[in-house]
Amino acid sequence: MSATTTRLSNQASGNSTPPVRKRNSLAKGKLPKWAIWAIAAGSIIIGAAISTLTGFSVAAFAIYSAIIFLIAASVITTVVEGKRRGKNAMWTYLIYAAFIVALIPLASVLYTVLQKGLPGINSHFLFSSMNGVTGAIDNQTVANGEPVIGGAYHAVIGTLLITLWATLISVPVGMLTAVYLVEYGQGKALSKAITFFVDVMTGIPSIVAGLFAAAFFGMILGPNARMGIVAAVALSVLMIPTVVRSTEEMLKIVPNELREASFALGVRRWRTILKVVIPTAISGIASGVTLAIARVIGETAPILVTAGIASQINMNVFANWMSTLPTFIYYQILTPTSPTNIDPSVQRAWAAALLLILMVMALNLIARLVASIFAPKKGR
Amino acid sequence: MAKRIDVNDLNVYYSKFLAVEGVSINIEPKSVTAFIGPSGCGKSTFLRTLNRMHEVIPGGRVEGQVLLDGDDLYGAGVDPVTVRSQIGMVFQRPNPFPTMSIKDNVLAGVKLNGTKISRSDADDLVEKSLRGANLWNEVKDRLDKPGSGLSGGQQQRLCIARTIAVKPDVILMDEPCSALDPISTLAIEDLINELKNDFTVVIVTHNMQQAARVSDKTAFFNIAGTGKPGKLIEFNDTTAIFSNPEQKATEDYVSGRFG
Repeated sequence: MSATTTRLSNQASGNSTPPVRKRNSLAKGKLPKWAIWAIAAGSIIIGAAISTLTGFSVAAFAIYSAIIFLIAASVITTVVEGKRRGKNAMWTYLIYAAFIVALIPLASVLYTVLQKGLPGINSHFLFSSMNGVTGAIDNQTVANGEPVIGGAYHAVIGTLLITLWATLISVPVGMLTAVYLVEYGQGKALSKAITFFVDVMTGIPSIVAGLFAAAFFGMILGPNARMGIVAAVALSVLMIPTVVRSTEEMLKIVPNELREASFALGVRRWRTILKVVIPTAISGIASGVTLAIARVIGETAPILVTAGIASQINMNVFANWMSTLPTFIYYQILTPTSPTNIDPSVQRAWAAALLLILMVMALNLIARLVASIFAPKKGR
Repeated sequence: MAKRIDVNDLNVYYSKFLAVEGVSINIEPKSVTAFIGPSGCGKSTFLRTLNRMHEVIPGGRVEGQVLLDGDDLYGAGVDPVTVRSQIGMVFQRPNPFPTMSIKDNVLAGVKLNGTKISRSDADDLVEKSLRGANLWNEVKDRLDKPGSGLSGGQQQRLCIARTIAVKPDVILMDEPCSALDPISTLAIEDLINELKNDFTVVIVTHNMQQAARVSDKTAFFNIAGTGKPGKLIEFNDTTAIFSNPEQKATEDYVSGRFG
């Protein structure tokens, strides 16, 4: 057998004339690689033609080209490569199309916010408040073509402080609830009730949470009790269910063997939870908490009814009104500082929106970093 | 060290299901006792009742007495944590704590309980326990590396080191070699022979050759059928069980003519 093969290969290599280029018979009935690009180019040309006939617009052009490409690519593949591959091609391109459609809003939002927000971002905007900035000043800057006065420093401080307090309230409550649910309450009526109410809490509209906090503190401190901590309580009402859910899921995936190993060493349950179970799950818990923060940092309605609106810097969450970035944006757009010259306010709003997106993005990055730092160590 | 265990007429339940019925057995100190029997006959379940790990499973409970040198493990006012610190356990699959280094894994029983231990005492304990588990020479240069980076057999010996570091009187082993290769199995079996000098060892195994190699006494458990409780059929010297069993069922099982 091997002798035959050797002889054959000797013959082949001994042959001085170049071998006749023969298509691999295993690759028969396949479209060449360039074909799909050719179909794409054709579809775009035909799409352009049709869209011009019906009055040109970019959206119509893109939609026509995509539909023509989908039909042409799957029909040609079916004809050349067979029914199964034709179906495969159709679904593949449909999935790509769905992906692109899903990306359009995201890219569009990012583009718009960057385009409109970037001009407003400078050190003045970042480090000064709206204190003393009036409609007259805005009118003057527009008239003189000067840079916009007034920034979002107070709102950034407000966002950070209120979110920090909301986190301080909801992380212990949420984590302890999750520990009870997973480690102590398995199958008990109380834990079923808690799970049910946590699910209900997940669905609470944020304005209701805000009204709850406002009414609760109104009962204790009298009406018009508006300050940062009330807003923090409102946000924690929204955060707690998220923290409970994510922590619960993380604790559930800690292998039972680890708990048993710890018990078998004569370690008490609470120490096992504190020293074995939670450290094993901490990376997931930390990223869950960060994502919960990212969720509430953009809330507007509950802040408006609990912390009000402020234009000056307020570092104390226990007294006076406070602004956050979302309420700052809302206020700048809805009631521009100068009703006749709204451009400065619009610019501030977009800059604040960009800042908010950057903060949420930073939080997500921090979540990943935290997760990788706390993850169980690998290596030998 | 090394206490005896006497079990009187023990019934083990999962909620209402009777899993093991009427077991009475006397385990001598400083001996190796092997539990053999077909899958599902309750030998692991019974083993877990010997250090009150059975009740960790929701619905798990027992009736009867387990005496550790005369003290009833299930007596009123007995703290299961005290029991478990005197009767250690090694599990079927190696389960070192993934967040801890090799050293911390060995010290887990001490540190997790919040006991203060000086650095030199800790180092001594780590070396002694790892030597006791025949692992010292393999890991002495990487004590600060994670325990999960070791091979399966090394991980299992790490778990044994972790168990002997809390200085128990009895060590229970639940099929400690079933996830290991023959070389690692041999290492563990050698270790069991050495552990016998200081501890009372009880081992559950599916491997009859292993029972014959390592144990002084062997208990054969069997089950009449699915849904029926497991029972202790015969308990005797290992040589007697394998060469001259009294019960027909034992003879069928050890000679491979079972089922």
